[in-house]
Amino acid sequence: MELIVRADNLSKVFTDKKGNVLATALKSINFTLKKGTLTAIVGPDGAGKTTFMRMIAGLITPTSGSLEVLEMNIAGNEQRVQEQISYMPQKFGLYEDLSVEENMSLYARLHGISPDKEGDRFAQLLNMTGLSSFTKRLAGNLSGGMKQKLGLACTLVRSPDLLLLDEPTVGVDPLSRRELWEILGQLVKEEELSVLVNTAYMDEAERCQMVYVLNEGKILAGASPNAIKQLAAGRCYRMTPEDGVPTRVLQGLLLDDKEHVVDAVPEMGRVRFIRQKGADEKYFVENYPYGFIPVSERLEDAFMILLHGDSAQANANSNTSVNVAPLSLNGNFSLSDEIDIEVKDLLRKFGDFIAVDKTSFQVHKGEVFGLLGPNGAGKTTTFRMLCGLLPMSGGFLSVAGVNLRHAQTEARRNIGYVAQKFSLYSDLTVLENLSFFGGVYGLSKKKLTERIQTVLQEFHLTGKENVPAGDLPGGYKQRLSMATALLHEPKILFLDEPTSGIDPLTRRDFWRQITDLSLRGTTIIITTHFMEEAEYCDRIMIQDKGKLLAIGSPEKIRAQQGGQDMSMNEVFISIVESSRKGEHGEEH
Amino acid sequence: MKSINRGFFHRLLALIYKEYLQLRRDKSSILIGSVLPIILILIMGYGISLDVKNIPIAVVLEDTSPTARHAVSFLSGSEYFSPHFVTSFKEAEKLMGQRQVDAILTVPPDFSEKLQKRKGNLQLIIYGVNTTTANSVKGYVEAGVQSYNSNFYKGYMAKGLVTVENRIWFNDANSSTWYFVPGLIMLIMTLVGVFLTALVMAREWERGTLEAIFVTPVSVMELLLSKMVPYFGVAMVGFFLCIIASKFLYGIPLHGSFVILLLATILYLSVALGIGLMISSVTKSQFLSCQIAFMVGFLPSLMLSGFLFDLHSVPSWVSAIGHLLPATYYLELLKTLFLAGNEWEMIIKNCTVLFFYGLLFLGIAMHITKKRVE
Repeated sequence: MELIVRADNLSKVFTDKKGNVLATALKSINFTLKKGTLTAIVGPDGAGKTTFMRMIAGLITPTSGSLEVLEMNIAGNEQRVQEQISYMPQKFGLYEDLSVEENMSLYARLHGISPDKEGDRFAQLLNMTGLSSFTKRLAGNLSGGMKQKLGLACTLVRSPDLLLLDEPTVGVDPLSRRELWEILGQLVKEEELSVLVNTAYMDEAERCQMVYVLNEGKILAGASPNAIKQLAAGRCYRMTPEDGVPTRVLQGLLLDDKEHVVDAVPEMGRVRFIRQKGADEKYFVENYPYGFIPVSERLEDAFMILLHGDSAQANANSNTSVNVAPLSLNGNFSLSDEIDIEVKDLLRKFGDFIAVDKTSFQVHKGEVFGLLGPNGAGKTTTFRMLCGLLPMSGGFLSVAGVNLRHAQTEARRNIGYVAQKFSLYSDLTVLENLSFFGGVYGLSKKKLTERIQTVLQEFHLTGKENVPAGDLPGGYKQRLSMATALLHEPKILFLDEPTSGIDPLTRRDFWRQITDLSLRGTTIIITTHFMEEAEYCDRIMIQDKGKLLAIGSPEKIRAQQGGQDMSMNEVFISIVESSRKGEHGEEH
Repeated sequence: MKSINRGFFHRLLALIYKEYLQLRRDKSSILIGSVLPIILILIMGYGISLDVKNIPIAVVLEDTSPTARHAVSFLSGSEYFSPHFVTSFKEAEKLMGQRQVDAILTVPPDFSEKLQKRKGNLQLIIYGVNTTTANSVKGYVEAGVQSYNSNFYKGYMAKGLVTVENRIWFNDANSSTWYFVPGLIMLIMTLVGVFLTALVMAREWERGTLEAIFVTPVSVMELLLSKMVPYFGVAMVGFFLCIIASKFLYGIPLHGSFVILLLATILYLSVALGIGLMISSVTKSQFLSCQIAFMVGFLPSLMLSGFLFDLHSVPSWVSAIGHLLPATYYLELLKTLFLAGNEWEMIIKNCTVLFFYGLLFLGIAMHITKKRVE
């Protein structure tokens, strides 16, 4: 079969003007892409996925090694390659002040398609992407999912010899993600398109014929998804905790048992774990009070094994990244009766637009409460009102027993807030940031020194005190943000998309920390777009178009949708779809 | 290469059309391109004036005789002064202290008496903080007294006294509006050319739209041209607004040729667009582009081109810096063409300088803008 892309010992080293090495993005990788296939590169953020894709597109020059695209050496042939391929960068490359139609026309003209020839193709693309009735709308006014589909349509104004998609589904809700993959599948079948996709989602990679696992610039594996999965064959199990024990506690316990467990995640009210090669089933029977059953392996399991193996090699003491108290299964985990947050008929309008429509719920003390919803569902708006960052248009809201309408300052004293973006001072050191925010919260000097020592230990930041916050690696930055938010020992911690843009290993550490905090009585409210992370929560709330669609424990919501074996992703899609269908029914 | 050239105009047109649509929808570009020139024209024309006129002056008439009154009558009839007649020096001093007046002219009690003996004396006190105004006041008062003198002497001597008659060349009305408006054209061309172009190009880098556009048959040349053509148009709108205002609003004559003026403007615009594109290619950020465009584009054009300060009367090293700026040459062209006429030697020299500057900056912009995202 014909090779569309072929890389041999390809490396990329970024240097500054003086020639000092800034970063090694790719370390002599070998890669091939066959004609007419869907190939995925999976890997955590910063693995080098985007760099590699940009090299194929002729936007970054290789440092060493060879790279052939469409049987041409990319060096010197950039323009010729660019004429024949299509590329959708992470930001979609759309002009927000042009309409859907104008964006598509621009790309058609640039690819040399005359206006009289574009008609059928446009109709087909618009139909496929569901944008037919929005042709006059400005791209900037489209939702995230629609933008992504328009971005795809722009790359497909003519059938390219190679289609490059760089993380096309980042920040896009599960519904839109599914639709995009349906379109891609159809195109590969109908037009024999060759596609390369960068993604952080394993379920997406599983749909491809070839998967390359990239980590820190190295290819850890490159084979069909089934072949890669074999790595985890016979090592995956699912353990069911007794009633009343939160899955995240059992998950934390298993995760801490690093000698015998590679990875553990909560799943469908149970805990899925991968045993280390050396550990046998007998060990788990003897050391854990709960029963477990073997389950079939998934691509994600193999991915975690590969990542763990790689990072264990890279730094032998990687298992010291969190500093938490050992867990025990003997405790009282029942939900406290004390209510920390009370929301009644919460309403927020922006002009005529109702962002949050009469929403009521309660959050109990020590609970982990998740806010889920597609983009534009109103979860960020709800979140901001809870933190007192946005005034409400109507309703009642009390946080830690304080009515937010009358006593915002007092309510704020009880809450810690971690924003989605890193919002500490990048040019101040870790210690300076902590001292500054401690001062803002009004902690006395003695108390502050004491608290700083505590959080530095707790979040494993000792030894980094004098590093400017901006120079910390991603995971550390996030820990520092959390440490800062917890300096004044708030009763409630708000976390806005804390796990987006963070690699899977760091995400495990993050949730381990959350489990620890919640056991110590901190109430935690969290938004996330990783649906599977809902499994860590005691209760979740799903919103769409400002309306509350479902609230309750993940178990309860899953049962309502009628499937014990549904993944959280499927549950979410089913809830949102049926709600939207109901709406259409009313309209007709 | 052939396949690239074939689509050149189609792609360029598509890009220009896109730019036009964006321009039409982006209020800020329209604001900078056309509303700002109008505001500047009105402010510069009516608001700012370097002319010293209507100087408030306190006149202390300690001698109230008709002779004394006649001696200072030139103050009342002139657009240069607005006199306040007071009776005591103390009162005048108070007015000066409150900055109500810029000068005090005292007519001593024995003025008429001494005048009979040809020894008439007036005292002039000037508020000296602003030297330009102070000098003008002194000059105006002296001229006024001089003219009174010559009238006075007429009765005694028929002829023989030397008088100086002033003529100001190339600005017949001696008005700073005449001098400002050509400079204004230069400022607006700089603003649109450097500022707006740097901004819109940097915006494309920042929003990641260029990354997608790069992976199409488009060439760097097409991309740069597609930015130049529309903003050239925007700048031209500003240019014609200024021309219309200068002719119909302020009645400034155009002594030189309009064609040459247009040619000079086109040359200077290519320079400005080149600088703007260069800045955005280096910074790739709107904020930085904005700052740099202001620092290297707008400020020097305002301060060092001879717009505010005549380059002949600044220290030679400042003048040398000023003569590195393309704006200086364009401004010289503008002023000459408007107020003096076709001075061919200067026109050829300055146009040549602008032409090479244009080649230089556009060349650099072409060279450093690469279809790369490193």
